[in-house]
Amino acid sequence: MGDLKLMKGNEALAEAMIRAGCDAYFGYPITPQSEVLEYLARESEQRTGMLAFQAESEVAAINMIYGAAGCGRRVMTTSSSPGMSLMQEGLSYIASAELPCLLANVVRGGPGLGTIQPSQADYFQSVKGGGHGDYKLIVLAPSTVQEMVDFVKLGFELAEKYRNPAMILTDGAVGQMMEPVELFDQMPRRTVFPEWATTGKKPGQERRYITSLHIQSEKMEEINHRLQAKYKKMEENEVRYVEMNTEDADYIFTGFGLGARICMKAMQMARENGFKVGLVRPITLFPFPTKVYNDLGARVKGILDVEMNAGQMVEDVRLSVNGQTKVEFYGRMGGVIPSPEEIYEHFIKTFIEGGKK
Amino acid sequence: MSEKTFVDLESEIEGTVTRESICLEENLIYQKPIDTLIDTPMHYCPGCGHSTAHKIFMEVVAEMGLQEEIIGVAPVGCSVFAYHYMNVDMQEAAHGRACAVGTAIKRVMPEKYVFTYQGDGDLAAIGTAETVHAANRGENILVIFINNGIYGMTSGQMAPTSLAGMVTTTSPYGRDTSRQGYPLKISEMLAPLPGVAYVTRQSVHKPNNVKRAKKALQKALQYQKEKRGFCMVEIVSNCPSNMKMTPLQSNQFVEEKMIPFYPLGDIKTPEDK
Ligand SMILES: Cc1ncc(C[n+]2csc(CCOP(=O)(O)OP(=O)(O)O)c2C)c(N)n1
Repeated sequence: MGDLKLMKGNEALAEAMIRAGCDAYFGYPITPQSEVLEYLARESEQRTGMLAFQAESEVAAINMIYGAAGCGRRVMTTSSSPGMSLMQEGLSYIASAELPCLLANVVRGGPGLGTIQPSQADYFQSVKGGGHGDYKLIVLAPSTVQEMVDFVKLGFELAEKYRNPAMILTDGAVGQMMEPVELFDQMPRRTVFPEWATTGKKPGQERRYITSLHIQSEKMEEINHRLQAKYKKMEENEVRYVEMNTEDADYIFTGFGLGARICMKAMQMARENGFKVGLVRPITLFPFPTKVYNDLGARVKGILDVEMNAGQMVEDVRLSVNGQTKVEFYGRMGGVIPSPEEIYEHFIKTFIEGGKK
Repeated sequence: MSEKTFVDLESEIEGTVTRESICLEENLIYQKPIDTLIDTPMHYCPGCGHSTAHKIFMEVVAEMGLQEEIIGVAPVGCSVFAYHYMNVDMQEAAHGRACAVGTAIKRVMPEKYVFTYQGDGDLAAIGTAETVHAANRGENILVIFINNGIYGMTSGQMAPTSLAGMVTTTSPYGRDTSRQGYPLKISEMLAPLPGVAYVTRQSVHKPNNVKRAKKALQKALQYQKEKRGFCMVEIVSNCPSNMKMTPLQSNQFVEEKMIPFYPLGDIKTPEDK
């Protein structure tokens, strides 16, 4: 078993990166995630030789990720909302060239320069594409510092399994909070690189090249078909979510990351007051756990979706439920964190009192 | 432009050069490198400097025995397909980001040789930040910078390096420096940075210039081997199609208009560092 430590979310993420045998990190400072690069700058090179590199911008950082991933290295970058917006062009290239890499977006309130307080308003950007063209990221949503650690390992595994960028979509609160974590043991950095990596032409073999350019539309459509087939495989094999108290539930609270964590408290309050409320928390936002919502939609009286945004994941919940039951939304925006009490009150107002009319 | 027409120049050349004289050993400017250049027709317009630059650079790579040791970065621009011609491992970067991509490749494989190959729009407009910072960090990479004073791939718009008064599709009345800025001398701009080891400006519009450009590329890779720092070989070049000129006229434009503003020669060598 690994070490047990009390750690801040961002630092736990950085520690997990080193332990996962990551080869290089490229990033640019932005609150609330600057601790990641600071931690790595202190630790990584001395411990494993892992490169911790401060780029001149997020635009440069994501293209450095492209370059190093193209050499078959295990690479990661982190940022927060405005910086992640700058990375979208590069991400689209990475997805198209099918380069594995891991990103973390420690989301802050927007739009614009916004605020440095936690938010979940980058769901659409992360899950629906963000950059240009038809592509998908594998998106993991941690709700605890422990999951920040676990999802680094999982994120690298999935990214490499599918040759696809993966993202940890978290927020400023999970990034900044301290919790006890169990760390996995140090994994070795790899010494053998994938057969597609540009590591210098091998004698007697064809040269390798990394590109996202296919001028012939038929060829580009073929690439798109290949990508779509890959996304479908992810939908079949990689859906992850947590269900609580759903067996006897009349109502479901749902949300991701920190939002779901607050919903848990609200669910307990509802249970204490005699309402049979359960909870669904997606861990993979893409692939989305469509089936669990569809199944529950057929038998519960209503679903309350809670997010720290204006209502983004709720669109996917509604598509999954497909009109079988009522789906309501409650959200706070701009860096405000909802309290369990206000969620509970909203539940009473919309489903219990509203339902009586 | 001189008064001589293309036809005049052609007949002048024909008078002095025969097939036999071209093939004499001392008259060979470059040969097609067998191993490092892929045997396929290039998509470049007739007379374009890109194809000459590709050939001499691949010749250098072959002569120095670096085919298995070098990784290249292609830009967005006319040379976006460089990896279809250069028989070495390559990555195609987003527009302007070649120096960021090249930085990462070199940082994760410091024992390998890394080059980027970029046009003036790619390097001196959208990618200025990446270029300046790679240079300032003294990244031990070679940047081959093809300065043709125009956006070739997108069909002839103004580049940051377009000459004052130059007519392009987006400066149809000539580049007005009071409104569209001055042509940017990137090489002179980068040379003073302490991380920069070698900056030279060359051309490939005449046989002697081709030979000199090849030497410069050789030197740059030698400096990379010696870990001297950032090296850039600028090649002042032409764009016959978008300059709406014959290949010969466009080379004459390089000679008479471009080179006076972008003078050839070393701007910084490791000895000056
Ligand atoms: C982000 C982005 N913006 C714009 C373009 C369109 N574009 C492609 S090539 C190019 C300019 C190329 O000019 P240059 O770098 O001088 O190279 P040349 O084609 O002359 O060799 C532009 C603007 C693009 N591909 N990507």
